[in-house]
Amino acid sequence: MTGWEQVLTMLGSPLMQRAIIAAVLVGAAAPVVGTFLVQRRMALMGDGVGHVALTGVALGWLVGSWAAISPADTLAVPGAVIAAIVGSVVIELVRERGRTSGDLALAIMFYGGIAGGVLLMNLAGGTNASLMGYLFGSISTVSTQDLWWTAALAVLVLCVGVGLRGALFAVSHDEEFARASGLPVRLLSMVVATLAALTVTIAMRVVGVLLVSALMIVPVAIAQLYARSFGRTMAVASGIGTTVSVVGLVVTYWRDIPPGATIVVLAIVVYAAAAVLQPLLTRRHADSDPHPDMSDDVVVPASDPDCATPAGSAAGEPGTSVR
Amino acid sequence: MNAIDASDLQVVLGGRPVVRGVDLTVPSGQVLALLGANGSGKSTLVRGLLGVVPLAAGSVHLLGEPLGRATPWQRIGYVPQRMAAGGGVPATALEIVVSGLLHGRRLRPPRDRRARATAALEKLGVGHLRDRRVQEMSGGQQQRVLIARALVREPALLVLDEPTSGVDVPTQETFVAALSGLRDAGTTVVVILHELGAFTPLIDRAVVLRHGRVVHDGPPPAARGEHGEAGHDHTHPHADPEQPLEGPDLTLEVAP
Repeated sequence: MTGWEQVLTMLGSPLMQRAIIAAVLVGAAAPVVGTFLVQRRMALMGDGVGHVALTGVALGWLVGSWAAISPADTLAVPGAVIAAIVGSVVIELVRERGRTSGDLALAIMFYGGIAGGVLLMNLAGGTNASLMGYLFGSISTVSTQDLWWTAALAVLVLCVGVGLRGALFAVSHDEEFARASGLPVRLLSMVVATLAALTVTIAMRVVGVLLVSALMIVPVAIAQLYARSFGRTMAVASGIGTTVSVVGLVVTYWRDIPPGATIVVLAIVVYAAAAVLQPLLTRRHADSDPHPDMSDDVVVPASDPDCATPAGSAAGEPGTSVR
Repeated sequence: MNAIDASDLQVVLGGRPVVRGVDLTVPSGQVLALLGANGSGKSTLVRGLLGVVPLAAGSVHLLGEPLGRATPWQRIGYVPQRMAAGGGVPATALEIVVSGLLHGRRLRPPRDRRARATAALEKLGVGHLRDRRVQEMSGGQQQRVLIARALVREPALLVLDEPTSGVDVPTQETFVAALSGLRDAGTTVVVILHELGAFTPLIDRAVVLRHGRVVHDGPPPAARGEHGEAGHDHTHPHADPEQPLEGPDLTLEVAP
């Protein structure tokens, strides 16, 4: 079979079609939310929410098995959505208080999330394989129903994240100014937290709860090496997220390696390459005076003969290049 | 109408009273300097007036409306002491100034945001830096961007928190020129200053705070000794020890 035929076969497989659509949606949406999280210095928030989401998944399983719903994981995603939103709102409230003891409370919440998830999953009759699927992703087993969930939530995240980016940027960049402008700071912070929670639940399918944060943060880390503006960082990060997700997924079509880990490793390799190349690509700006418009505050005889006579001009008079 | 009407204002931060029973009325069009040592509560008072920190007691009216949802935020501009650091995501001067077009009644920037933000930056002499990362700018350039962000709304009440700290002389002169233009246009200005310096000719009234209370309200006080001399530029950073909040001030003198 030629390479082209192989690609066509791959694209013809319904399994792969669903997986690629999920990868594109998640890869595009996760870095949009990640940009706000990095700006708010909450790059690790996705990690914590992911841990808590696992308990939600397990609770969904447990409820599903009690109610004898089949398949047993029907309620896993709704459970994850609820747990992730609760978790992210708690994280946001702790951040708002700014207490140091909050750090410890969050740590306990995160560990409780993973431990509780593993324990409840076992009680619900889940297998180790299903647990691994949630921990590290199981994109190759995305069902049509999963795809609808993912698509709906990803579109919601993209619409809110992009549509309100001005207000969300204002709150993320300078909370004090946002408050002094009468912006609903708390509400907007909760919007960011909820977007993070929804992103975690959809990205869970692709890379798993333990690697969710990487898909939100690493593309932003790559983009901000080169981008000048916030908007450009977000757009480039979204593009990178989509690209690494699809490429990582396609690689696993031919080689039997875990897709979630492949996507994350790929993103980190791109970051390493971008970080190494960055000084080479941006060196040409280094020689120019960063502030050519500024008049020289300190007057020296070499440039200004007047300053040799101390009584001549007032001490505060600016130098020679005043506009 | 008064631009600011505050009575019996109290702010408690971390369990300590920082602003203690301040009454402040600023008529429209006045330029008021808020003076005081570090830790005297100047910044906290201003942040309380604008709703940045919660009030423990007292009431505030801004431009005739109570502080809260009814406040006409689109007519109030605030310039914090320095640029927020953020988490390292780059932002251009344009993006920062456009964020000044948002307020309690507007969550999405208007269509003419680019033109308005560019005009505000040009007014402060940094139009050419519009598409540059603010993280790469000098302190003075960042301060100009912050003032542009407050002015882009065309505020009727402008509040500045030490706009000249750590700023070079030409930039200070730009600020004084910008403020005198605003005063002539009838804008009410409240400016926190460490010393009056270049602002002296603009100031209508000075309020001096000490330990969270008003100790002087009236014409600007004369600066001490060498600080009052013409041309004295006094912009070094201060690191005064924190003043005790309660009890008599203790002075210890060491004999030579």
